Amino acid sequence: MEQHVLVILPHPDDEAFGVAGTILSHTQAGTPVSYVCLTLGEMGRNMGRPLIANRETLPDIRKNELHEACRLLGIEDLRRFGMRDKTVEFADQDALQSRLFDVIDEINPSLIITFYPGYAVHPDHDATGAAVIQAVRRLPEGDRPTVHAIAFAEGSEQALGEPDVVHDISPYYDQKMNVIEAHQSQTAGVIETMKQRMLEEDETVRQRMLIERFWTFPV
Amino acid sequence: MKPIDRQLVQHHLSDLAGEALYIHLETTNGAYASHKDQSFFSAGAFIRNVQLTFLQGKITGKGPFRMGLETEQGWLYAEGLTDWEIDDEDRLLFAGHDSTGKLAIALEMGKKPFPK
Repeated sequence: MEQHVLVILPHPDDEAFGVAGTILSHTQAGTPVSYVCLTLGEMGRNMGRPLIANRETLPDIRKNELHEACRLLGIEDLRRFGMRDKTVEFADQDALQSRLFDVIDEINPSLIITFYPGYAVHPDHDATGAAVIQAVRRLPEGDRPTVHAIAFAEGSEQALGEPDVVHDISPYYDQKMNVIEAHQSQTAGVIETMKQRMLEEDETVRQRMLIERFWTFPV
Repeated sequence: MKPIDRQLVQHHLSDLAGEALYIHLETTNGAYASHKDQSFFSAGAFIRNVQLTFLQGKITGKGPFRMGLETEQGWLYAEGLTDWEIDDEDRLLFAGHDSTGKLAIALEMGKKPFPK
């Protein structure tokens, strides 16, 4: 059992699809989970169906969705870093690593969950993972927490091998769907299709929803 | 937002000629476009809070609409605009949404800077 889990991701809803079941398994076992979310997904393309947002109202809407998702996940410690969507890789990397280091140093997590740098598709994902790894490496070698990284770029398995951490999160499926649904501006319209495919036992969707996969990053 | 009424927009646009404005201009096909379709060439840009004063501005087309603003030194051009609103802070917001409701372009103008 972990002592404290720290999740570090750039966008509200990043925690919903690939990590929600894992987070729920920790919080329901009584393990505290802290979440650093770097941006508010200000530059998202989804504006709700029907449209509920515009470019300027989207940040506040997504902030509320993020808080609701955290409530559903049992996360009591959410830290928003106030960066802008799409700009993580262009921000002062040293300053970002220092902010992340300070949180890691304060929380002293036994496990960090983030994106696998270079294999996480979105430039913000890759940049977040890379900054987390550098922040962790500021700690002396024996004091570093385990890092579980999410990779989903084409060819991840060929490059990294099979993921060594595979969680069947079936017991938390309903709760995970609620978390996805909480990000209403981003997921309305696709959620019904997903639920339908789950009922039809579509293997791709079942795998994606019920199995959460991580690679232990060599820190 | 609501569907663009060209005449009404033109009226508001003309009112802003000569004013010092802050602009947000953005096009996007989404960060996952090339992930979902490897043959897709992903391109996009945004610029936020650039200052501009236009001499004359027009909205044209039958919808989706085009907009051109002529400045002393050059031009601003946007196409694919479908929806608009004047928000609580009196800013003129335009967006182009595709058939699934996803934002493809945004063009916004306000007299005060947008939040960074």
